[in-house]
Amino acid sequence: MLAFIAKRMLAVIPVMAVVSIVVFLLLRLSPGDPALVIAGENADAEAVQRIRVALGLDQPLLTQFLVWLRTMLSGDLGTSIFTNLPVADLILQRVEPTLSLALATMIFAILVAVPLGTVAGATAGSWLDRTLMVVSVVGFSVPAFVLGYCMIYVFSLQLGWAPVQGFTSISKGFLPFLRTIALPTVTLGLAYMVLIARITRASVLEMMGEDFIRTARAKGVVERLVVTHHALRNAAIPILTVIGIGVALLISGVVVIETVFNIPGVGRLVVDAILKRDYPVIQGVILLFSAVYVLINLTIDIGYALLDPRVRY
Amino acid sequence: MTMLSPQLAGEAPRNPLLGLLGQALRNPSVLVGGFIVAAIVGMAIAAPLLGTVDPVRIDPAVRLRPPSDLAWFGTDLFGRDVYSRVVYGARSSLLVGLSVAAFATAFGVLIGLVGGYFRAVDIVVMRVMDGLMAIPTFLLAIALVSLTRASIGTVVLALTIPEIPRVVRLVRSVVLTVREEPYVEAAISVGTPTPLILLRHILPSTIAPLLVLGTYVCAQAILVEAALSFLGSGLPPEIPSWGNMISEGRTFFQVTPRLVFLPSLFLALTVLGINLLGDGLRDTLDPRIAKRM
Repeated sequence: MLAFIAKRMLAVIPVMAVVSIVVFLLLRLSPGDPALVIAGENADAEAVQRIRVALGLDQPLLTQFLVWLRTMLSGDLGTSIFTNLPVADLILQRVEPTLSLALATMIFAILVAVPLGTVAGATAGSWLDRTLMVVSVVGFSVPAFVLGYCMIYVFSLQLGWAPVQGFTSISKGFLPFLRTIALPTVTLGLAYMVLIARITRASVLEMMGEDFIRTARAKGVVERLVVTHHALRNAAIPILTVIGIGVALLISGVVVIETVFNIPGVGRLVVDAILKRDYPVIQGVILLFSAVYVLINLTIDIGYALLDPRVRY
Repeated sequence: MTMLSPQLAGEAPRNPLLGLLGQALRNPSVLVGGFIVAAIVGMAIAAPLLGTVDPVRIDPAVRLRPPSDLAWFGTDLFGRDVYSRVVYGARSSLLVGLSVAAFATAFGVLIGLVGGYFRAVDIVVMRVMDGLMAIPTFLLAIALVSLTRASIGTVVLALTIPEIPRVVRLVRSVVLTVREEPYVEAAISVGTPTPLILLRHILPSTIAPLLVLGTYVCAQAILVEAALSFLGSGLPPEIPSWGNMISEGRTFFQVTPRLVFLPSLFLALTVLGINLLGDGLRDTLDPRIAKRM
């Protein structure tokens, strides 16, 4: 067990190494002089030279990478070119809305998707199952920002149930928080929910054909318990896996949804940075998001080994 | 081949893939999805014949007009004809979607075949692919686009790179299974050159799953392109694309929601069609494919 956990944790190192090389090369491989790109088209030679020295671009590539990696590892994500503030501080200022939205979405999606997928899988072919399958195809096809505008149109503009845009911190009370977070949560959560529901359905359906289900029924276990205690529990691994993989969907979604609902979070930060070509901020946020994604999936992998006695590597 | 119905198996079509495709044409998802995709493709090709005007002609005199006989979907902020822009927008979306699917498949097959067959290459390649997959697709694409001047070429490139690892993984998993088959061993034993083994004996097994994955990559690329354009860092604004239209329309969303909803409708419909086609192909070509993705 410990050997597996250690091995799994070590496997993170090459992944994050590749991530950091890619993120580092993003700027250096851009066509033309990165200093010129950052300075903009109308910058004078002196400004370009200043940026070049500040970024260490006059050094060999390998030296640049090692210097950059050392600063990143020490927790210093660099300094924004436009605001001159440390990237880590900029992210910290914006982390609350993003974290609130992401957590609310995960809770909402899992609470809806797992029961729905379980019932659909246990009653495959029923009207509920068919409806879920149709909704899931539609859910994968409607872009989150389009869904967001539909939500704003119906619930904010027509019905007036929710504010059109913005974010209220949970520290200002739970209900005001819920009012502003509800629409973005549902919008961001749909694709994630559909993904989890589909996998839950498929895994439960697969389990329903197993011998131990027939045994449980033969013993006279109530059907509801057969489904929850026997089928769902044994289907837990693929469901947990997809919850972890789906975080990538959430991260991509956050970037777009924060723009639609005008939420001042990390997603909005990176979009603004991209429009202004503020490379240290772009690099910092991508590195952070990738690390979060890798760590969540690492936790889930280790979670199997701890929770499921069948997992032995 | 347990999928084949008895009489089909009896006839034993000369090319098994063609037989399966024939069967796929009887799947309702394939039919509905195929119909939607064919309609959108037809619309994109025949755009000049569908009563459209120049989609980029600006006419400040007729800004934000409601739908009428002259402009079926009304006009936008710059007085451009929304109907024409929606019809021509299909060209941008399909061009991006199909190019990304083609390039990602081509590169993915190349890397996956070589990686799956040669163990030494495999270790390095898979580490790189794992790393690329750890970076959220959308962020990698948007960062790549932001580095270069926006054009169709750079958007296609930026969307292709994050999709390659998915293709590589799929191809590799097929290669790892197929290389143990007796016919591959037989080919090795009679001294068939390795490139020929890869092309003639292993590549054909990847076609069916790649067809399915290709449809998903295409749908994903169309969605991400629209999202990039929506955020203002996708296709150049002068190209009529659904993402650009939604992006421009959002400023006046509360006044004229149709500027956002009309391109959105076509965008969602196109992606829905491609997804339905992919789901149907997956179910008929090989139900086991689903697990590999």
